[in-house]
Amino acid sequence: MSTFLGLPGLRRRSADGGAASDGAPAASAAEPWGPVPHPDEPLRWGESFPAAAKHTLKNDQLRKNLGHATATIRAKRAAVVGEVPDWEALRDAGSALKERVMAELPELLAQLEENVTARGGVVHWARDAAEANRIVTEIAQAKGADEVVKVKSMATQEIGLNEHLADEGIAAIETDLAELIVQLADDMPSHILVPAIHRNRAEIRDIFLARMGDAPPDLSDVPRELAMAARAHLRRKFLSAKVAVSGANFGVADTGTLAVVESEGNGRMCLTLPETLVTVMGIEKLIPTYTDLEVFLQLLPRSSTGERMNPYTSLWTGVTPGDGPQEFHLVLLDNGRTDVLADEVGRAALHCIRCSACLNVCPVYERVGGHAYGSVYPGPIGAILTPQLTAASGGVSGADDVNASLPYASTLCGACYDVCPVKIDIPSILVDLRAREVDADRGKHKVDPWRAAMKAASWVMSDGGRFGLAGRAATLGHRLGGRDGVISKAPPPVSAWTRERDLPAPPDETFRQWWASREEDER
Amino acid sequence: MRIALAATCIADTMFPGAPRATVRLLERLGHDVVFPRAQACCGQMHVNTGYFDEAVPVVRNHVETFAPVADGEWDAVVVPSGSCTGSIRHQQAMVCRRAGLDDLATTAEAVSAKTYELSELLVDVLDVTDVGAWFPHRVTYHPTCHSLRMLRVGDKPLQLLRAVADIDLVELPGAESCCGFGGTFALKNADTSGAMLADKTANVRATEASVLTAGDYSCLMHIGGGLSRQRAGVGTLHLAEILASTRESPTPLPHVRTAEVAR
Repeated sequence: MSTFLGLPGLRRRSADGGAASDGAPAASAAEPWGPVPHPDEPLRWGESFPAAAKHTLKNDQLRKNLGHATATIRAKRAAVVGEVPDWEALRDAGSALKERVMAELPELLAQLEENVTARGGVVHWARDAAEANRIVTEIAQAKGADEVVKVKSMATQEIGLNEHLADEGIAAIETDLAELIVQLADDMPSHILVPAIHRNRAEIRDIFLARMGDAPPDLSDVPRELAMAARAHLRRKFLSAKVAVSGANFGVADTGTLAVVESEGNGRMCLTLPETLVTVMGIEKLIPTYTDLEVFLQLLPRSSTGERMNPYTSLWTGVTPGDGPQEFHLVLLDNGRTDVLADEVGRAALHCIRCSACLNVCPVYERVGGHAYGSVYPGPIGAILTPQLTAASGGVSGADDVNASLPYASTLCGACYDVCPVKIDIPSILVDLRAREVDADRGKHKVDPWRAAMKAASWVMSDGGRFGLAGRAATLGHRLGGRDGVISKAPPPVSAWTRERDLPAPPDETFRQWWASREEDER
Repeated sequence: MRIALAATCIADTMFPGAPRATVRLLERLGHDVVFPRAQACCGQMHVNTGYFDEAVPVVRNHVETFAPVADGEWDAVVVPSGSCTGSIRHQQAMVCRRAGLDDLATTAEAVSAKTYELSELLVDVLDVTDVGAWFPHRVTYHPTCHSLRMLRVGDKPLQLLRAVADIDLVELPGAESCCGFGGTFALKNADTSGAMLADKTANVRATEASVLTAGDYSCLMHIGGGLSRQRAGVGTLHLAEILASTRESPTPLPHVRTAEVAR
């Protein structure tokens, strides 16, 4: 299968890259824009976070692209959020609504199903990725479609729908500009909202010229020209496709209405032109009533793109004769969500409305980029969502699972919590997941230097007398600092510190000793 | 006021200048300071690394040591650290409850209600911003993440610094961005931490300050360690050490490695 005409190829699963594209002599030639990840599982790929970050940190272009892009979005968001006088009240309302949804999820889901069905839609329930993929494939096959157009969707990324459809001989065509860039480059998205954030426009121009097939040969890297090339390329797809696949930003229980929020209008095309529409929605995307959209449609655009109002908001309810798709399927996806719901602390991760504000403010994400997280959900929200969604197969409680490293991929600086439109306390959840991971490892009888150190430290630090003695012992190390009073080389694990930082030598007198001698003097 | 000092484990053993300065400052302002010797650590390191079970005895020791403040024996507890105050306020009771220790959790909440980070104590409780300090040097201030986003100290430390006589206070670019310390994060994710540190030290150096100050010696140890390795010639001092400095008893500039000294 070829990617030359913009048809998505099978994602290469082997290192040799043989199946990548027509006549591609080697993997390196098929990856002219640098190595890109090719996951077997959309929620678990590559190395552990520290190891993956070590690689991505070396990519200067990536860091430059990300630093520039996140700084721009951060400033835009801060400006439009700052002008809303009741922003905090809106956040509280959003948070309360999502809490209600989680508390009443079974009832609300049944209500949604009832209303979608009453309006002529068909509701399918998918326990996991395999079931959801099978349902979508069967619908496309029943329509005799060998290609489907797609609206940008995290849920379909999460289940690897495109790859599954490709295996069945159906081409899934991403119509969001950034998703198209990612797809043409045979890359993986690195951001929830701006999946090609790791690419600059010169790279995008090269990708279009090499892979789009119908890009003008004199294409420049001016954003307008790039957008026009994509528009011409996609227009043909919109008009020919019989089936569209979308995700959903919101599903309204009391009316059965689905909502997609996007910026380019490509989504509107997909949602209205093809005869059949299939929407894959995570079960947590529910909101109770139509009027609740009022809250979220204020919170979402300002938090995500830094816009006051979203450009294209499409709402549809079942099927309307003579207008839009005449067949509508809604696939309700669990895929680990009920496991997340079962955890009293971690369940708040399901409140997420995928705005990506937490990614844009995260000092860790800004340096390492999305691919280091090894999941379609990167950044702070990914660090709490991915390990929980994959808990049944390891995830947060699997000592050897790469996803178990994600809750530690944060300094707990709290910037994510500050910007979250639905007030997900990400730092507290990260700490709780760390505890879950530590506790899951307790039963396993293997030597764990961290556990041993923490146990010893607990004994010393739970008693003033013992701690005083330890401090006094430490002062013996005062001379290690030499003339400058610093230690520049230390044995592991402290060597990780002294690689880039000096360590101060202990003082010649602890505070406690100073206090004692002062009391002595006063007597 | 009668104020109990929670020195913090890291300052007690590694940076005694900060709690010493806290004592000097509060006594100069006319308050009595006591140091309950049973204290050791608030438990933050254990909690943030996920070792809740191991944190319980540490938290218990802290709560029981400072419990008298809840009975009025002292008027307040002062902590020269934003992150330790944050842990006391937001984590101790949670850890106790999770371990089924509801009574201890209730005591922890009563203690934390009277526990203040230094700038909170000065500005909110003692209602003072000009503490009569003198520090004739160029200084830049790093607002540590937990003081900023967990405690919401806002510009209280800056109010205090602006009132210091003869200080040349310069703004730190990108001040509110994390320095990359994050406790055990600096060891578990050393490469990412180093990348964040590099940006922070570059911003500190751009200010041409002689001293970087903050309300947390843990973050200062991290940024200061980077500055020292780079022989940047910038020293670190805790906010308390600048506020304690007077014409009669000035806080000396910290000894730092400089490019000239290095061979």
